This record gives sequence, C-alpha cells and structure tokens, in this order.
Amino acid sequence: MPLLRFIAGRLVKGVIVLIAIATMNFFLIRAAPGDPASVLAGEAGAADEEFLRQLRQQFGLDQPITTQLWIYLTDIITLDLGFSYRQGRPVLDLILERLPATLLLTGAAFIFSLTLGIIFGILAARRAGKWSDSVITTGALFFYATPLFWIALMSQIIFALWLGWLPNTGFRTIGAGYTGLRYALDVGLHLILPATTLGLFFTALYTRMMRASMLEIAGSDFVKTARAKGVPEGRIVRRHIARNAILPVVTLAGLQAGQIVGGAVLTETVFGWPGIGRLMFEALSQRDYQVLLGVFFVSSAMVVLFNLITDVVYRVADPRIEVGR
Amino acid sequence: MTVLAIDNLSLALPKLADRTYAVEGLSLDIDAGETLCVVGESGSGKSMTAHAVIGLLPSAVKPAGGSIKLAGRELIGLSDGEMRKLRGRDVGMIFQEPMTSLNPVMRISDQILETFESHRMFNAQQRMRRTFELLEEVGLPDPKYIARAFPHELSGGQRQRVMIAVALALEPKLLIADEPTTALDVTTQAQILKLIDELRRKHGTAVLFITHDFGVVAEIADDVAVLQNGLCVESGRAEEVLQKPTHDYTKRLLAAVPSLTPPPPKDLSGEPDALIVRNLHKTYGGRGFFGGGSRKVVAAKDVAFTIKRGETLGLVGESGSGKSTVGRCILRLIEPDDGFIKVGDTEFHGVPVRQLRPLRKRIQMVFQDPYASLNPRRTVGRIIAEGPEAQDVPRADAEKRARELLDLVGLGASSAHRYPHEFSGGQRQRIGIARALALDPDVLVADEPVSALDVSVQAQILDLIQDLQKRLGLAILFVTHDLRVAAQVCDRIAVMQRGEIVELEPTAQLFANPKHPYTRSLLAAVPGAHVKVAAA
Repeated sequence: MPLLRFIAGRLVKGVIVLIAIATMNFFLIRAAPGDPASVLAGEAGAADEEFLRQLRQQFGLDQPITTQLWIYLTDIITLDLGFSYRQGRPVLDLILERLPATLLLTGAAFIFSLTLGIIFGILAARRAGKWSDSVITTGALFFYATPLFWIALMSQIIFALWLGWLPNTGFRTIGAGYTGLRYALDVGLHLILPATTLGLFFTALYTRMMRASMLEIAGSDFVKTARAKGVPEGRIVRRHIARNAILPVVTLAGLQAGQIVGGAVLTETVFGWPGIGRLMFEALSQRDYQVLLGVFFVSSAMVVLFNLITDVVYRVADPRIEVGR
Repeated sequence: MTVLAIDNLSLALPKLADRTYAVEGLSLDIDAGETLCVVGESGSGKSMTAHAVIGLLPSAVKPAGGSIKLAGRELIGLSDGEMRKLRGRDVGMIFQEPMTSLNPVMRISDQILETFESHRMFNAQQRMRRTFELLEEVGLPDPKYIARAFPHELSGGQRQRVMIAVALALEPKLLIADEPTTALDVTTQAQILKLIDELRRKHGTAVLFITHDFGVVAEIADDVAVLQNGLCVESGRAEEVLQKPTHDYTKRLLAAVPSLTPPPPKDLSGEPDALIVRNLHKTYGGRGFFGGGSRKVVAAKDVAFTIKRGETLGLVGESGSGKSTVGRCILRLIEPDDGFIKVGDTEFHGVPVRQLRPLRKRIQMVFQDPYASLNPRRTVGRIIAEGPEAQDVPRADAEKRARELLDLVGLGASSAHRYPHEFSGGQRQRIGIARALALDPDVLVADEPVSALDVSVQAQILDLIQDLQKRLGLAILFVTHDLRVAAQVCDRIAVMQRGEIVELEPTAQLFANPKHPYTRSLLAAVPGAHVKVAAA
C-alpha cells in the first residue's frame, strides 16, 4: 500500500525534524542573557553567589550543556516536557489544559475562512468584472492588508461596546455557572469575534486565490470538452472548474493549518482567550523557559502533523499526485 | 441527406483585430456519412468555423450573417439553453490536445457518464453498460480498467480514443474534429484516423474535420474546403482538389508539403567527421528516498553515429523514443551517464563543466518552440549577441555580428532593435537560427525546428537551414518526428525506438528498402503516403 508506506516514511522524517527543532530551540533559549537561576534569585531579592550556585545545582543548570541537552531530548521522547517552577506544575499539564481552547479558536477560524474564502472566490470568478466581483475583491484586499490587532480592537469596539451584541473578552461568562447546551452557546458567543478576526486574513487569501484559480481553470480545454458534451453550466462550474480550482487552495490551507496551535498569540491576548498563545506570551515575559520550550515543541509537532495531513488530503483531491515519489 | 449546411456565414471579429471577419461568406455542406476537411494555415478561420457550428465561439466573436443548419434546423439565434441541449446529443466534438481535454481529477467512466446524465438519457444501469460498449468500440483494451482510470494514467492516443467515445456517446449526427491528430505520434495518428473513419461509416455520422495537414486530407476526406484569411478559396471533391488544384493558394500549400521522395544525395566524400558519438547512455529515474523504486526510463542506450562536415543526420522517432535526449546529451545540456562525444577534434565528454564553457561555441542548438525559446524582455540584437559576449567577444563586435546574422537569415539588420513578440513564428525561428550561428559552430543540433510552423513557413525555414549549411559547412543533427521533412533535408536517417537506434541508413535507401519492422510501421503510418498529390 503506497499510501501507508508514504505516511510511515513521512513520520520517520517528521521525528528527525522534531529532534532537530527541539535541539535548536534548546540552544536558542540558552542564547538569551541570564539563566532562570538569576531570574529566580533576582525576584526572590536575595542574590548572593552561594544562593545562585545552590539554585543552579538544584535545577541541573551547572551540568555541561551537552548533558543538559541530552536530558532534555530523552525527556521529550517520554513526553516529559519539564516542570514550570513558576507555576509549580508540569509543563505538559499546562499545555494540555490550554490546548482545547486554542484548538477551538483556530479550528473555528480555519473552517470559517476556508468555507467563506472558497464561496466568495467562486462567486467573484463567476461574476468577474461585474460590480459584485469588485465588492468581493475590494473587501478581500482590505482584510488582506489590515493588521490583525486593528481588526480585533475595532470589532471589540463595534460589536461588544457599541452594539453590545457579543461579549468583549474571555472564554465564557464568569460566574454564570452555565451547564450543558447553555454553556456551549455561551462559549460559542465568546468565540465569534476572536475566530472571525483570526480567520479574516486567510479568508481574504483564499478568496483571491480561489478566484484567480477559477478564472484560469475556466479557460482549460477540458472545460470546453464539458461544454461540447452539453453539460449544464452549474454542473460545469461545480464538477469541472471549482473541483480543479480548489487544489492550490488546499496547499494554502495546509499552511494555515500549520499555525493552528502557535499562530493565535495576538488574537488570544487581545480577546483574553485562555489558550496556548497566551500561555506562551506569559511564559515569555516571565522567562519561564520550560513552558516556552514546551509550547515551541508542541507547535512544531503540530506543523509536522498538519503538513502530513495536507499531503494526504492533496493526494485524495488530486489523483495525479503520486505520494511517496 | 445533408446533415450540415453552412450558407454564406460570416463571423465578426472584435473591432481592433487585424481583420474584420474571422470567416467571411463561407458556404459548406456535409452529407450523412461523409467527411469534409477544412484546410488552412493558422489564422485562416478554420477553427472558428468549427466552434461556430457547436456554438462555442469566444465571446468576442459574433456571427454577423448567414446561416448554419443542422439537419434542417437553424442554429444561429438559438438560445444558450437550446444550444446546450444540442451539444453532445446532435453534435459531438473532439479537440487537438488529448493531454488537456479530459478533466484530470475525474475518472474516465464519470466523464463519459456525464454526457448521458446531462441529457437525461437512459437509466443508471444502461448508462454504465453503454459506457463499457463505447470504450470497447473505440478500441481501448480492457474497458473495465480504463473506465476506472484517471486521464493521466492513459497515453495520448488512448485519451484521444476516450474523447472520441465521449463525442460519439449519444450518436450525434455530426462529429467535429478540430486537428484531432496534430498532437499525436504518426503511428497513433494513423490509428485514430482509421478509427474515426470506421465509426463514421458504421454510424453514418457526418464529419467536419479541421486540419492543416494535406497528408491527413488525402487520407480521409471526401470533400475539401481550403480557407485563407477567412475566405474559402477552393472547395470540391478531395481527389480533384488534391490532384488538380485551381487556386494559387491551394497550389502553393500543396507544393509546400514535403515529398516522401528524397532528393538526390549530396557528395560528401572527403569531408572530415564533424561529430562522432559512441556508446552514449542515459537513463532517467531509478532513484528515490527510502529506496522507493521509481520507474526507470531508458532514453539512450548505446547510441552511436558520425556526422560529416556539411552533412545532415536525421534522428527520427516517436515521442518518448529518446531522440531529444540524445540531442541534449551531445550538447551536454543533459549530462549523459556514459559515452564518447567528439566535436571536430575536441573530446566533449568528460570535460568538467567549468572548462566546457569555451568549447560550447562549437556546437549549438535550435529549439522547437519559437515562442518559448526567445526571452521576451530582450531585443533580438541582444538575444543574438549574448552568446558571443559570454565567450568574451567585445560587445560592439558581437552586436555588429548580430546585425550581419539577421541579414543572413533574411530578417534585415534593422530588426536588431525589436522585441521577439513583434515577429511571427517563422521569423522567430530565423532569430533562433541566427542565435545558434552567432558562435560560428561546427555542429548544429536542430530539435524539431519546424514542427510548430505552418507548412508554407516550414518550407522556407528548411530552405534557409539547407542554404546556410551549404555556405557554412555545418554538420546538422536534425531531430524530427516528421518523416516527410526528414526525407527532404537529411542525408542519412537514424530511426530511434525506446532509446536505441534501430536502423541508420542513407535517406533514399531507408525509404526504398526499410529493414527494421519499426521503420516500416513508421513509413506506413505517414498520412497520405500512398495517395497521389499534385506534384510540386
């Protein structure tokens, strides 16, 4: 089965890539001035040499750097991402606790932008040159060019403050004690603004790409063949043009899917969304290296995984691709 | 019974086009079971005529008068919806490019089934059965397997068979074939022509066949109409037009068709060897990450030949036979796996790429596609002077040389300041030749140099190449799939099949007495070979 062999091969490559990434991250973090011991000591207020030495010994920071790296890599393989001394909890727990919120946000943004982008792209291409096309392409250009944080702030001002339709920040209404469906609805309402904000850029990208791709495919010989067969126009658009035009969009979607864990720092921060992005932001400002390394590692693992998924999806979408070659 | 009657048809081009009408005052009739060939060079309006009949004209081109009647029903003025119902059911069409005419992501069966579904014919079971019948009828092996396949899994000839199956699925009264064999190899072309002819007889279909190739006309036409710049200059029964053409243009076109009888051989005794190739090997593929055994393709296997000064050796074969690879290996544009290459007295193989650069001027190349092989952003003068400048000729000298060369190839020194897009295909090929000659090479590799050109332009370029050869004493390796062209320009011909030269003989001998079965099948497949055409 060539597909299974392809997946196996890619998994092996993925593991090699992940080890390389973990090693690079490890050294990158060490390149920053000052070690965790000096930070901890600084915050404790007592910074004499003896205390620092004790701290370093306690955390293994006095070992040779290669030994530290080796310990780090072997720990990672057993999914032990270390311990956050700041939060007093294992890093893996911290990440797993935050992961669902992030996946919900980025997943919603992903589906939102892919669906809308494809629909708008098809509409614009079918009406190329007419006013509805201009409206869609101008809108796409606007959201393509506007910085994310500005859209985030504006949408908060308009929809939360002025109109009061949607909650401003957070994951759920604190203290409301909702359960079941009511809870889901509450989270859903909180999700709308951040997910839309996060998805708009890619919506614009998909729209533009789908439109261009549709127009290109519409001139293909096989579309002419379909017309010569007497296939109705709607069916030509669906089965011949859109079906082929979607292929470059799949490639781009793979790119967005890779960001599904690490790409929402800004949005999560602005909207107070308790996800991985904010965990990373907090860890960064507190020099919580173990957490930072853990987040880096998990996000790179996700990138590798989603790349593989994209390739498999592409294989299904385009029979011409022979995976494994 | 008249199936298609075109009467006084005019098709208007958009305002800024170089002429007012794509087709003007055209009248044609095709009876059931008859084949009408519309012949003409590029831009003659032959394709527009075909598209007008099936209602697929580009939106800028509009019928401006006349009528098109299909089985008595007027087609001009039909609504889009009515026209759609007619397409596929009453008129089927096959196109030139089998490689791009099928949807790459749909299975073959789905593409045939779609025709039935679009016209709401039969139930699901009947549709499937009919699909298999059709695949069988167009001579595809193992219809069950083909039906499940995707287009990329089939060869060009097989895809064109599928296209024919699609076009004939609903047994239309009229089949339009727009250059359906132009992109195919000569043996495949012969099979497809035979298939179209058989199906026409069997089903009594009228065939409107668009072509630029008089060989094909001789092969299948009952009637012929010759188009020039949108006007029908001559029409009539095929044998009459081919043997007793009355219009000058028809005569010129027929005269430009290269004859299969080679001219008397040149005397090349005493000329030194300009190119010696021995033991040339090249295999593609075979490597893969994780040891995944990808397919190996042998493009050249123990290829050997010698070309004398002033001689032209033809390298003939079908696509995939390795003939282009051999040409490129000799220039070392592709690195051969093994082999001995000697240009004049210089050994070309084994020289490190860095040291090869000054030697490269001794062997130059003319490419097939005159559109893609010239940099559109540079003037013609710069394009030609670039080679000498890369070999350290001072810029002023190189440009002076470029102007001389443009004169030599018949374009005039003043064209040096113009850009490639200002020239026609034939003129661009002259530029390509001038570029190759700019370095005063001893050997010229011409890879299908006239395949993309109209027949009358083709004749001019061939004359030019032969004239230059005489004047400059060039040795030419002439790669081509066209045996008619090879017969006219080559002193000797090497026939290639699957990377091997299966026969290498002087041209006259090869045509008179082909020894290898493959050579014989190639010669038998040349369209119109056995039909008498008006002498040049």
